[in-house]
Amino acid sequence: MNNSLIIGQYVPGNSLVHRLDPRTKITIIFFFVFIVFFANNIASYSLLTVFALTCMFTSKVPIRFIIKGLTPVWFLIIFTFILHLFVTREGTVILEFWIFEFYSGGLIQGIAIALRFFLLILVTSLLTLTTTPIEITDAIEDMLHPLKRFKFPVHELALMMSISLRFIPTLMQETDKISRAQASRGVDFKTGPIKERIKAVVPLLVPLFVSAFKRAEELAMAMEARGYQGGEGRSKLRELKIEKRDIFIFILFAIVVAALLLIRSYS
Amino acid sequence: MDITFKNVTYIYQPNTPFSHKAIEDLSFQVESGTFMAIIGHTGSGKSTLIQHLNGLSVPTDGEVVIGEYRLSKHDKPRDMKELRSRVGVVFQYPEHQLFEETVAKDIAFGPQNFGVNEAEIGQRIKEIIPAVGLNETVLERSPFDLSGGQMRRVAIAGVLAVKPDVLVLDEPTAGLDPRGQKEIMDMFYKLHKEQGLTTILVTHSMEDALKYADQVLILNKGTKFMEGTPLEVFNEKDALQSVQLDVPEIVQFLNRFEEKFGQTIPFQKQSIKEIAQSIQQIIEGAESR
Repeated sequence: MNNSLIIGQYVPGNSLVHRLDPRTKITIIFFFVFIVFFANNIASYSLLTVFALTCMFTSKVPIRFIIKGLTPVWFLIIFTFILHLFVTREGTVILEFWIFEFYSGGLIQGIAIALRFFLLILVTSLLTLTTTPIEITDAIEDMLHPLKRFKFPVHELALMMSISLRFIPTLMQETDKISRAQASRGVDFKTGPIKERIKAVVPLLVPLFVSAFKRAEELAMAMEARGYQGGEGRSKLRELKIEKRDIFIFILFAIVVAALLLIRSYS
Repeated sequence: MDITFKNVTYIYQPNTPFSHKAIEDLSFQVESGTFMAIIGHTGSGKSTLIQHLNGLSVPTDGEVVIGEYRLSKHDKPRDMKELRSRVGVVFQYPEHQLFEETVAKDIAFGPQNFGVNEAEIGQRIKEIIPAVGLNETVLERSPFDLSGGQMRRVAIAGVLAVKPDVLVLDEPTAGLDPRGQKEIMDMFYKLHKEQGLTTILVTHSMEDALKYADQVLILNKGTKFMEGTPLEVFNEKDALQSVQLDVPEIVQFLNRFEEKFGQTIPFQKQSIKEIAQSIQQIIEGAESR
């Protein structure tokens, strides 16, 4: 049962996108987020859409998961689309309805902005879908490394991140276990008046906190017993390494960016 | 209460890449008043099985019938609470479920949820405290100040205070010292006999299964591997070894005895003393010849 818990939204796989160095992915996504705002015509939008969709298909993540990842933002995408449709008054009138007039400019703007949102969210969710949280933490630690000079506790921050990530499934299991035990003792978490249900949380939270504190104490003790002393001179089991495929993707992405800037300046 | 499993299958997180079949096509029956031991390795589906006994999990396929309650994909009992008041579950490391300020309040928590009145609860606590081997002085203490073994007993008392008809025990002695293990198992067995409970014990200990159980169910990878009385099951040494389970020490001894001396002493739950006598007879018989 242990390995059945989903951590974040990571979907295991062995595609090119999965195997890329997490730093490559983060860097590309960082720049992608910028250049999405440079797109200004059909050609440039299609270029970016093609790029994003190619990434999506090479990742081999089932579409269902991507759609599920998008659910919280569908509303935002549709809302901005409708807002633009009603508010923008450019171009020609394409449809009149009761007291509203819809302009072609509004439609185009609406689609463009919605598409922009869609692309942003698609690409960023692709990062979390294909990269384990631990890889992301490692990449962040590595990328923040230069800040060490300014006495920024990069290693400690990364350690905190990875410990909390590591304990999410543990705590979830624990919550599951305790809620089952209390449900067996007649606690009803699912039905009943709100007041009762809030009260039902106490028998869940108290044991959860007790065990979390116990775990923290044990972990600290175990780390000290094994001579942990911070990031100084510490090596890694899985060294991040830029491979040929990363370089290939960087070049590909650079070409996309260049093409985009070119298309943009010609329009 | 009679318990029946009919072709039960249970899948965790169905329709995802993480979907995982924990139980597959499992059928068995436990008559009211039986002490049944369930044995199997980690991941054999024991814990999942237990969750079906009080409606924490509902079969993905098939049907579970507990007394008059029926659990399947299509029908769930309207009153799950009532089912849970009649099937008490002692989970692994039950002391993790303690949360109240005092031991007395924690024991009273279950019965309160099931609507038992205060006077009755007080009465039950008085009876249960000595039964689980605790002293009344702990009642007003915080459960978190107690020792591990005492906490375990308090948690067990909290389940027993509900007075269930079916008692489900998931490795209730894990992590206790040998004496504590024996005390707790003897206590469960006494309750089982005295109150005519139906008891389901999940255990790793072949010795416990042999000593207490009327019926043994062996699970392997979510399916039924063997079922029968302890005698039937533990005499199948080879089959048990094929799923990396050992036979109880006493049976092992008799098997070795047979190998070495070519004399068979059939195992019929004799005590060590009785076996010693049988061996003595064999030796004397050999000498007199």
